[in-house]
Amino acid sequence: MDEKFDAIVVGAGPSGNAAAYTMAKAGLKVLQLERGEYPGSKNVQGAILYSDALERIIPDFREDAPLERHLIEQRMWVLDDESYVGSNYRSDEFNKPPYNRYTIIRAQFDKWFSQKVREAGALIICETTVTDLIMDRTRVIGVRTDREGGSIYADVVILADGVNSLLAKKAGFHPELHPKDVALAVKEIHFLPQETIEQRFNVGGDEGVVIEMAGKITQGMVGTGFLYTNKESLTIGVGCMLSDFKQQGTSPYALLEQMKSHPSIKPLLAGGEMKEYTAHLIPEGGYNAVPQIYGEGWLIVGDSGMFVNAVHREGSNLAMTTGRVAGETVIELAARKKPMSAANLALYRKTLDDSFVMKDLKKYRNMPEILHGNHQFFTTYPELVNRAMHTMLTVDGIDKKTKEREVRQDFRKKRSLFGLMGDAFKMWRAFE
Amino acid sequence: MIKVEEKLFQNRYRVDAEHPHINIGNPEVCQVECKTQQCTYCCPAGCYTREGNGRIVLITDGCLECGTCRIICTEFRNVEWEYPRGGYGILFKFG
Repeated sequence: MDEKFDAIVVGAGPSGNAAAYTMAKAGLKVLQLERGEYPGSKNVQGAILYSDALERIIPDFREDAPLERHLIEQRMWVLDDESYVGSNYRSDEFNKPPYNRYTIIRAQFDKWFSQKVREAGALIICETTVTDLIMDRTRVIGVRTDREGGSIYADVVILADGVNSLLAKKAGFHPELHPKDVALAVKEIHFLPQETIEQRFNVGGDEGVVIEMAGKITQGMVGTGFLYTNKESLTIGVGCMLSDFKQQGTSPYALLEQMKSHPSIKPLLAGGEMKEYTAHLIPEGGYNAVPQIYGEGWLIVGDSGMFVNAVHREGSNLAMTTGRVAGETVIELAARKKPMSAANLALYRKTLDDSFVMKDLKKYRNMPEILHGNHQFFTTYPELVNRAMHTMLTVDGIDKKTKEREVRQDFRKKRSLFGLMGDAFKMWRAFE
Repeated sequence: MIKVEEKLFQNRYRVDAEHPHINIGNPEVCQVECKTQQCTYCCPAGCYTREGNGRIVLITDGCLECGTCRIICTEFRNVEWEYPRGGYGILFKFG
């Protein structure tokens, strides 16, 4: 195939689909390449869909997208070995359409999204791995694939090839990922009858619950766990920084197994049938780790560009937004007959700088470093908070004032007054 | 001891026989020079096992294509990692 396209998109995840859809819809000649058997077959996410980002691309997506449950309740748990201290937020406001967040199953959702891209007019070829970028000196002019005679040319190549992004690394566009900038998450899906899920989580119809967890489940490593309700299944997973796994000597599947056996989690999964086990890297380096995202004839979108807000567990919305903005940038340049040069494509970065994408990443730019250097947030504090609750809630003839003193002493013994104040300051700085 | 094989058994794969997409660059480096051998415990699919003589054996059939082994081999960069050929490897049913 020695054809030339206006744009080639590498990858059919949320960012690639957003970019391909946006450009095809505007009439550009778009080719999208995907290495999986079908779009979604290589993709892994928790998964929560944030409506806003998709609405800006496909406003009526609710009509036919495969959505599991809309979320009406968020639980946050801080776990010790045998207990948790938690907070819930549930509101009937979340029951009024249009719904804000949904659980989804990515293999199904990505297939649907890809169908929309096809309908918009893009050519999608699956089972094709892009092996190299074709360069004309410093300029990307096309891609080579593992298919015979697989050189294809385009004015611009959009790299939506995910967290590992071998293409950008081979081309020297960005450096190798560092273990401290990525989290490794493992996850299982457990199937249960719909009624069981609804009774167990106190929801009806299409309503769903999210449980976000931190504390002893990560065994001192920087990370979090989660449990999401789908229509007829639950997804449960845990993710920690790769540098911590390396240092700690813990295997990710052992960590997941231990988390599943926690006395507060086990009953929620009881009777379920596990049907898939997945693993995925999440780029969590934040603002300071975002690489160069545009150049001569190329743009980087989604995970490949480190577009993940780890603090708020947002990624797919940043992926869709960066994909859409990249597509719009190309459309604008094409309309004005301007070349896809680095100087012109810089508009992509500028638009992102002015959007929630870069603003949010910038806000939490110090968070990765603070968490790496302060593991007490994942060990000592969960333990102290749980013990304090236990002390105050156990009725044993000891007066409350004595109990309060016990709790205070416990905190000071474990972390010292200076340490406590320092931690509070660090957290305040990180969220400021 | 948790058997990761039991988890992987639930997954769908299209194995590209005789074309592993990951290779160890120089096996001697793993056996002799690498003291930490983090690939043996970090890989979420348990693809890397250590033999009695310290040799690392890599079987990619259960690979989840996450990229962990590629990134954690920081000291020796001894993991040659490519994506499987188009259509091969893990096929997520749910993802």
